[in-house]
Amino acid sequence: MSRIQDRFSELKAKNQKAFIAYAMAGYPSDKETISTVQGLVKGGADIIELGLPFSDPLADGPVIQNASFRALQKGMNFDRFVNLVKKIRMESNIPLVLMTYTNLVYSHGYDKFISTMKKAGIDGLILPDMAVEESDHYLDVVRKNNMDAIFLISPNTSEERIKKISKASSGFVYLVSVYGTTGAQKQFQQYTLDAIKNAKRILDGKIPLGVGFGVNNAEQAKLILQAGADAIIVASAFLRLIEKTPKTKIQSKIVTFAKSLKKATISE
Amino acid sequence: MKLEYPINGKFGEFGGRFIPETLFPAVEELEQAYLKFKDDEDFRQELDYYLREYAGRPTPLYLAKNLSEFVGGAKIYLKREDLLHGGAHKINNTLGQGLLAKRMKKKRIIAETGAGQHGVATAMACATLGLQSEVYMGYKDTQRQKLNVFRMKILGSAVHPVKEGTQTLKDAINEAIRDWITNVKTTYYLLGSAVGPHPYPVMVRDFQAVIGKEILSQMKGLEKKSPDSVVACVGGGSNAIGTFYPLIDEENTRMFGIEAGGEGIGTDHHSATLTAGSKGILHGMLTYLLQDKHGQIQDTHSIAAGLDYPGVGPEHSYLKDSKRVTYDTISDGDAIHAFLMLSKHEGIIPALESSHAVAYAMKLAKKMSKSETVVVTLSGRGDKDVEVVEKYLSKNVKNSR
Ligand SMILES: Cc1ncc(COP(=O)(O)O)c(C=O)c1O
Repeated sequence: MSRIQDRFSELKAKNQKAFIAYAMAGYPSDKETISTVQGLVKGGADIIELGLPFSDPLADGPVIQNASFRALQKGMNFDRFVNLVKKIRMESNIPLVLMTYTNLVYSHGYDKFISTMKKAGIDGLILPDMAVEESDHYLDVVRKNNMDAIFLISPNTSEERIKKISKASSGFVYLVSVYGTTGAQKQFQQYTLDAIKNAKRILDGKIPLGVGFGVNNAEQAKLILQAGADAIIVASAFLRLIEKTPKTKIQSKIVTFAKSLKKATISE
Repeated sequence: MKLEYPINGKFGEFGGRFIPETLFPAVEELEQAYLKFKDDEDFRQELDYYLREYAGRPTPLYLAKNLSEFVGGAKIYLKREDLLHGGAHKINNTLGQGLLAKRMKKKRIIAETGAGQHGVATAMACATLGLQSEVYMGYKDTQRQKLNVFRMKILGSAVHPVKEGTQTLKDAINEAIRDWITNVKTTYYLLGSAVGPHPYPVMVRDFQAVIGKEILSQMKGLEKKSPDSVVACVGGGSNAIGTFYPLIDEENTRMFGIEAGGEGIGTDHHSATLTAGSKGILHGMLTYLLQDKHGQIQDTHSIAAGLDYPGVGPEHSYLKDSKRVTYDTISDGDAIHAFLMLSKHEGIIPALESSHAVAYAMKLAKKMSKSETVVVTLSGRGDKDVEVVEKYLSKNVKNSR
């Protein structure tokens, strides 16, 4: 079992849902990424998604685009990312999922990229532009390294495809909550809740369902969990918080916000 | 050489569908519709009608006698796509996709544009077909192609300047894809080159293949044989693949795809994807890209906005590796020179994009005999570029003083 799968089983035993939080490596700097992750862990995050920035993040809205751009400007790259992961791993055993775009993995070579990440302490990967049809080689390498490949589904994904995608996935399946890019700040509509229920029915308890894109506060998190999600994924909301907070106060603000989200995953 | 492709949306290892899951049903729906209508009698007739009566097809294959004499070698023929309505080959594709969108009952059309030519061609097709259009354009491109921005607006299209990233064509595509993800149910993405996820590269090629088909039959009439060489410029690669594809089985025809050498491929200032790039994944396809050693997409440069793109259509990647087509580069300076020469000798002002092909054809023709032929696809006219050329010339006169 992977760290991610273990974490879902532990939470299940405690009757809790998972809170997955995102940090962008190198944003606003390498040092602050470490303190952000520390804050997320302190605040009760169950899994951390760590973004490796790409120059052309076409599934992302303005917030992650901006963070990617700034992180790249400051020189974030493969080697620095690996070092960052190693540093985080020295302090914490929290499951770490790497989120990036397929080209960074492909251009490095699937084998070399993925095995290096495994050694550094990454447990799973999310590639928003990797379609299952294109994933044979990628999946072989991920499995050979005993890591989890987390694929995305969307409200318009057919039942047949959800089945196919869930077979390729391990750890959890990531449902994109809305038609849109990351960081949407709308209220969730009925179709999102329907999509969660539908996906839960199709997944049939075989793999947990995480829901992300546009989850901005504890209330929205509750709504999504009530509809049946096993995990909430919060990304842009943390980056917005970092953007408007002076560096010295980032960690404490993150702890407070993370706590409010973690609380939503614990049923009264 | 027989080329067996695409298989499952792939040209050898190139192409495919590297896209966010939300777009999957949309590209499937598009592929189904395209397969259904491409050989449909009604569809073909309507498209032929618009190409003929609205866009002005067939276009002439003009023997550039003066230029050929000036160069002193093979006969240079110009495939006059610059005479099409709108001033570029782009209308071949926008009419085809516009008619398809209509049959798919999509009323909102989005597009990206670099030089503005595809944006203009989209706005025109949408105006005449009764569709609503919105065009994404890099902010830098809106500044250097102001006239086209204004044309799009006059034609009833909204223009969204894109201030992200490098503010050029690749960023306009990113924004168009983000819009498509958000409005996937109602919106048709009218991609302007033979790039993107399957089926776009195949579909755009097929709509542009009218160029090569006409060249072949016109050459058989004029010269009683297929051309010895054909030359086309390569941005995303739509006018080039439209030129090459129908000629691929003509074993005696050599083919040359010309990329933007910018300030030289030894510098960082060029867009020579096939010549200087490496394999990677961008905009839904596996293809050659200009990227750094970490896989980050690099800034590109060309004096021709329509060539300023770090990727290239996957079929070209395949044709490069299979060696059926030779890809080479022409610098900014040589393109400007060809722009001036064609204008002076033939009274034809070519687009700066097309000027790259003209420049290469001139070099090529010089080394060939007078009985041989070179066909250049003149993908567009150069009215849009006179300001850029004027600036370039006045700067270079200053520099040389
Ligand atoms: C006149 C002209 N030629 C060529 C191109 C390059 O596109 P493609 O390589 O798809 O033909 C453009 C793109 O804007 C153009 O306007």
